[in-house]
Amino acid sequence: MALAQYKYKDDIHRCFRCGYCKFPGDWSDVTNCPAYARFRMESYSTGGRLWLIRAWVNGELQWSEHLGRIVYACAACNNCVEKCPLSFSDDIVQMVVAAKNEMVELGLLPTPVKTYLQNVQLHGNPYGLAAKRRGEWMADLAVAPYDDQEFLLFVGSEGAYDSRAQQAARALALTLQAAGLSFGVLGKEETDDGNEVELLGEDGLAEMVAQQNIQTFQKKGVRKIVTFSPHAYNAFKAIYPKYGGRFEVWHYTQLLAQLMRKGAIKPAGAEAAKITFHDPCFLGRWHNEYKAPRQVLQAIPGVQLVEMARNKKSALCCGGGAGNAVIDLLGGSPDSPARIRAREAAATGAAVLAVACPNCLTMLEDAVKVEGLEDRLAVRDIAELIRP
Amino acid sequence: MDKIYSALTQIVGEDYVSNRPEELFTYSKDLGTSPPQFPEYVAAPRTAEEVSRIVRMANQEKVAVVPLGGGMTLAGLALPLRGGIVLDLKRMDRIIELNEKARYVVIEAGASHGKLTAHLHKHAPHLMHSEPGAPPAATIGGNLAIHGQGDLAHPYGFNSDMLNGLEVVLPTGEICRFGSCAIGCAWYTLHPLPDLGLFLGWNGSTGIITKVSLRLFPCKKFREMDIFVVEDETLIPDVLFALTHVGMAEDLVAWSSAIPPFANELHHISINITGDSKEEMEFKRRQIFDIKLSKYIRDGVGAIGAVAQPSERPQISKSADWKKGGGFEYVGSIMPVAAYPECYRRGAEISTRHDIPYTVLGRVIGAAHGMMFSWSYAFNRADDRSVQHARDALHETDDLVMELGGTIWKPAVFGQQLLMSRMDPNTLQMMKKVKTMLDPNGIMNPGNWEVA
Ligand SMILES: Cc1cc2nc3c(=O)[nH]c(=O)nc-3n(C[C@H](O)[C@H](O)[C@H](O)COP(=O)(O)OP(=O)(O)OC[C@H]3O[C@@H](n4cnc5c(N)ncnc54)[C@H](O)[C@@H]3O)c2cc1C
Ligand code: SF4
Ligand code: SF4
Repeated sequence: MALAQYKYKDDIHRCFRCGYCKFPGDWSDVTNCPAYARFRMESYSTGGRLWLIRAWVNGELQWSEHLGRIVYACAACNNCVEKCPLSFSDDIVQMVVAAKNEMVELGLLPTPVKTYLQNVQLHGNPYGLAAKRRGEWMADLAVAPYDDQEFLLFVGSEGAYDSRAQQAARALALTLQAAGLSFGVLGKEETDDGNEVELLGEDGLAEMVAQQNIQTFQKKGVRKIVTFSPHAYNAFKAIYPKYGGRFEVWHYTQLLAQLMRKGAIKPAGAEAAKITFHDPCFLGRWHNEYKAPRQVLQAIPGVQLVEMARNKKSALCCGGGAGNAVIDLLGGSPDSPARIRAREAAATGAAVLAVACPNCLTMLEDAVKVEGLEDRLAVRDIAELIRP
Repeated sequence: MDKIYSALTQIVGEDYVSNRPEELFTYSKDLGTSPPQFPEYVAAPRTAEEVSRIVRMANQEKVAVVPLGGGMTLAGLALPLRGGIVLDLKRMDRIIELNEKARYVVIEAGASHGKLTAHLHKHAPHLMHSEPGAPPAATIGGNLAIHGQGDLAHPYGFNSDMLNGLEVVLPTGEICRFGSCAIGCAWYTLHPLPDLGLFLGWNGSTGIITKVSLRLFPCKKFREMDIFVVEDETLIPDVLFALTHVGMAEDLVAWSSAIPPFANELHHISINITGDSKEEMEFKRRQIFDIKLSKYIRDGVGAIGAVAQPSERPQISKSADWKKGGGFEYVGSIMPVAAYPECYRRGAEISTRHDIPYTVLGRVIGAAHGMMFSWSYAFNRADDRSVQHARDALHETDDLVMELGGTIWKPAVFGQQLLMSRMDPNTLQMMKKVKTMLDPNGIMNPGNWEVA
């Protein structure tokens, strides 16, 4: 059965399957698409995925759990958008998302995706944890509820629920407090930012959570938001305006860089001299922000920032985007992108792998453990490296 | 469980084997106009030993094995014409040794040209290999298996002439080495024995190349592309003979195309110049333009089209996106340089008949010992009629190559049959004997170079 309403049906055949999109900027390897790096079958490459979607849309191929997994293995890292030389390249990720839209419409989803979406629907987070526990991350902190302060600090589902990300969210709150920033949090009133929900193709649910957050923000008079996660940063900058939510949005590294310039934050000495930084896709390739996190790291006394071979526009994604940090379609192998990345970080000789995203934090810390590298490589959120 | 599937998973691991419709679909097609050919299995081995075990198993089971690199030939050469197992070799991508002083690199056959270019750029910027104009995902092994040529074809010839040694898994599973590596020495020379012609240009039908020692050449500090333009195509052979006599260019490509309109019916010669100093560059420019090309300018029949353009490595091709159609395929041939005018004229006629804007190109090989001349036909992948037009144009072009006395390079099966129908019967019988001896069960990429 052909899918007449597929949004890109007049364009998707334009992919030549030439594979430029597999590479980083310096052409050093074919493994810069995290899904292809994990499976190394053409079906998992960008071109393979687009051709399979086209075959499904045309009715040449039936839906299967495996097809669903291939499509959902795209971590929306934007490497292909960056590297494809053809003029449709800006639409590649949206071509995949549009296929997911069709799968959602037809109720044809890989099991972990269905569970993810149901958890967001029922509990406002992908983990299936109770909504009323959303404020627990700050239980031992004196963080004020949002009440007309200058900034709303939006911690997001990861910072609120994931035990490792909670530590980093707490470090961020303490740092912002020490800097004297006027900010508050929403606690239980926050709900999932909807970024991954939209990328998983569930537009209706994405709109619902977006509207819920927008109403809360507007009711409370929020004007400026600082996000803990780059995924929330993308949601507020790129998705919420569609639903009438327009705010001044900062990622916390951008704010920290500014506070440092003003002298409001004076980080103590470094935990380690050599630090390498993993660019999060939703800050880097999606929003072209490569400077701020590096400025923060370089302002820490004693830090030597060393770059991994693939960095900035060419960074290898940890494999956690588009819900993959939870649905985990790219895990379970030495070729899992997070494990490849952990090895690359270790190869720099750095003692700390700094991240600026709670998904990267959990993905890469797990990977460092599985690789047996934890004795020589600590994974730290930037917020943890400068906490007072 | 299916016996072959289970054997494959034991050899390469479950993650790297599939017999599911999604992978079979993906590997049933390539980028060109060939109709789909479905494999029964896809496997992605990591080592020559794994390849060898698969090939031995395939002999027992009498199932076909089709090696696949980047899958970029456009001509359907890695499509499984008789089903069986497609071996995706791209996980075999290690760079094993870079010997700067002896100027070679030992590399696994599934490594991409992009990876090698980047590796040299980083670790030995004064060295380069001859990079084909194909997308950088094309592999070292796949390019050798079809006698590819790259951007050093003018000074050094075909890529397959640039070998110091090979490791090959024979169709019966033995792992063999050829060149100095075969006697345990470093991989620095091919000579004196044996002849690698057994494996080059055979589309993987005589064995699977697993490691290659590739010669490297000086890579100069500065590089630029200059373009010389003439209106009269009959001048092109003269200009190319003049330029190859002076020997100052690194790459010489004559081309003409209907689109963009400024190029229509004009003939451009892209001249790559490289040098280690500004003086060297200037000297080469003077030899080329002042000494060899100025007379055409004086006579009013030639002009400088562009100077000092950046010459990117790897090249980025957007040929497939004509009219947003997502496809093109070309017939490549090896032709005498003197045939350029006729190749162009007759090719443009074929294009006009099929309502496809013409694109032709001739890359000089050696000191004008020949050229790889290609005729490209763009098509719209979403329009069956347009695909059929391109397919017909390709077949007519294969016939044209024969008529003009050329030989088809990387021929699709149609072209292979044309070539073999004209081949000296004794040569044909020898090809058959070689094939039968090496591959008694006929499992290696069957349908390719198959003598009836
Ligand atoms: C835009 C464009 C431009 C191109 N320009 C050039 C050019 O300038 N020069 C040029 O030479 N080519 C060019 N090509 C053609 C082709 O892409 C290249 O020759 C490419 O290098 C082929 O390598 P591959 O890895 O893609 O081979 P594949 O297509 O994967 O394989 C080619 C053949 O070799 C067999 N094979 C693959 N790997 C092995 C192995 N390890 N051992 C034995 N057999 C094997 C396959 O079964 C198949 O028959 C171009 C193609 C495109 C699309
Ligand atoms: S997405 Fe672009 S670069 Fe990638 S295979 Fe398709 S056309 Fe080529
Ligand atoms: S967005 Fe990233 S994961 Fe998805 S196809 Fe492109 S490169 Fe691969």
